[in-house]
Amino acid sequence: MKSIFDYIAGIFKGVWSLLKGMTITGKYFIRLDKIVTQKYPENRKKLKMYDRFKGELIMPHDVNNFHKCNGCGICEMNCPNGSIEVISDKIITSEGKSKRIIGTHIYHLSMCTFCGLCVKSCPSNALAFSQEFEHAVFDRNKLTKVLNNPGSSLVKDLAE
Amino acid sequence: MSEEKKVIVELDENPEYIINMGPQHPSTHGVLRFEVSLQGETVKYLIPHCGYIHRGIEKMCESLTYPQIIHLTDRLDYLSAHMNNEAVSLCVEKALDIEVPERVKYIRSILSELNRIASHQLWWCAFGMDLGGLTCFFYGLRDREKILDIFEESCGSRLLHSFVVPGGLMHDVHPNFKQSIRDFIKYFRKKLPEYDTLLTGNVIFQNRTRDLGIMSKETAISYGITGPSARASGFACDIRKVEPYSAYPYIDFKEILYTEGDTFHRYKARMDEMWESMVILEKLLDKMPDGNDYTAKMKPVIKLPEGEYFQRVETARGELGVYIVSDGNKTPYRLKLRTPNFSNLFVMNKLTAGYKIADLVAISGSLDLVIPDIDR
Repeated sequence: MKSIFDYIAGIFKGVWSLLKGMTITGKYFIRLDKIVTQKYPENRKKLKMYDRFKGELIMPHDVNNFHKCNGCGICEMNCPNGSIEVISDKIITSEGKSKRIIGTHIYHLSMCTFCGLCVKSCPSNALAFSQEFEHAVFDRNKLTKVLNNPGSSLVKDLAE
Repeated sequence: MSEEKKVIVELDENPEYIINMGPQHPSTHGVLRFEVSLQGETVKYLIPHCGYIHRGIEKMCESLTYPQIIHLTDRLDYLSAHMNNEAVSLCVEKALDIEVPERVKYIRSILSELNRIASHQLWWCAFGMDLGGLTCFFYGLRDREKILDIFEESCGSRLLHSFVVPGGLMHDVHPNFKQSIRDFIKYFRKKLPEYDTLLTGNVIFQNRTRDLGIMSKETAISYGITGPSARASGFACDIRKVEPYSAYPYIDFKEILYTEGDTFHRYKARMDEMWESMVILEKLLDKMPDGNDYTAKMKPVIKLPEGEYFQRVETARGELGVYIVSDGNKTPYRLKLRTPNFSNLFVMNKLTAGYKIADLVAISGSLDLVIPDIDR
């Protein structure tokens, strides 16, 4: 007799526990103000990443097309995956001294693991991370980027 | 015709049936293959086959400098990236005999505890989903997002942070750091009881986990099980208590221990750890010194003196040991990682023998395996 009673009590307890769980889901089903999801391609305009978000490596240039990179190659040395290639040129300055400047700063986005060692190790703060996160392209050659703008040069106060 | 009949008879007489669970199976949480021998629906024995995601991280470390190694350790157990980074950093600091600033110790411990909560949240999502409760996945991820936002604000990335480096931190934490964690604790204290209502009290969940896959304390010790899985069997193995590191010696907290050792209590141990982690976080935040020093003075090229060094930390899944052999160069001669999941995996055969194949999913879910950590 007792076992039958336990059996029936078990059924009711089970149904009660399920209903209790359903109250949670039901509550969020009704409360439309508690929706946390966002529709991604539609909210692209107001979607803002955090300032420190490591999106993509860039070399910031000022309005006069000056950057801070002197082509020392420390970022290349510190990169664990070989995703940075610095090709530097030698020029003769007006005083007759030979000086190293940056030729091309190549960045392979496809090999980058976003560890941030290049930005941390750069002695002249020439590199930074942008907030760009949409990296998908149709051709993988587009993932190899040249960071210094064409015609750009080292900022004057650093060069002297 | 008669030959065909004979074959059918032979198949019927052979009661053992071997199937492969994985390498692509939703409840193995990665590329892990179980060779399961079945008799009817009952598991006779189980052989785990790993190596599908072996990347040779230990070997790769031998050609990288110590700061470069950090970003590889993220990819071991990607759900406890902070603890992995901390393990290598602590080992290097131990070898160089460097004392990091007090503030750095506190920040490291705070981030580790946040990471532990985030990891257990994801485990809760996945465990609920393994047992058929899809709703759990949405609710767990909703709250995990809050932690990932804190990480993104301070560290710059959500999952693989590479934030703890030998000598301190990559950069200082965000000014909002303390406040956003306090807000999160306030928020999560309200939301965590929902988890209990939704899953812990559920009758189907209880029937599928109670008195299932019982692991005795002796088994846990002899198989080298660590983390919440072992603490559910009564094995006090919390490295934060046994061998305190970073800021853990400065605060008082309790170690979650259960003696039952079944699947349900492995679940309970993790749920209680989330509560306890929030208490630890509050204590650490109260004691955290002000200032802006985030790194000790380090040489630009780190070279460890010749010798052998070992450091262990408590990750979300158990004990992670880092063993570095240095020959005085800027790269290690050998780096051995003792990962928690590798040991936790091989108890599966003992736990599942005699149970049904549906219980296998519940038991493997309760061990909280992360496959890249097994293969590394």
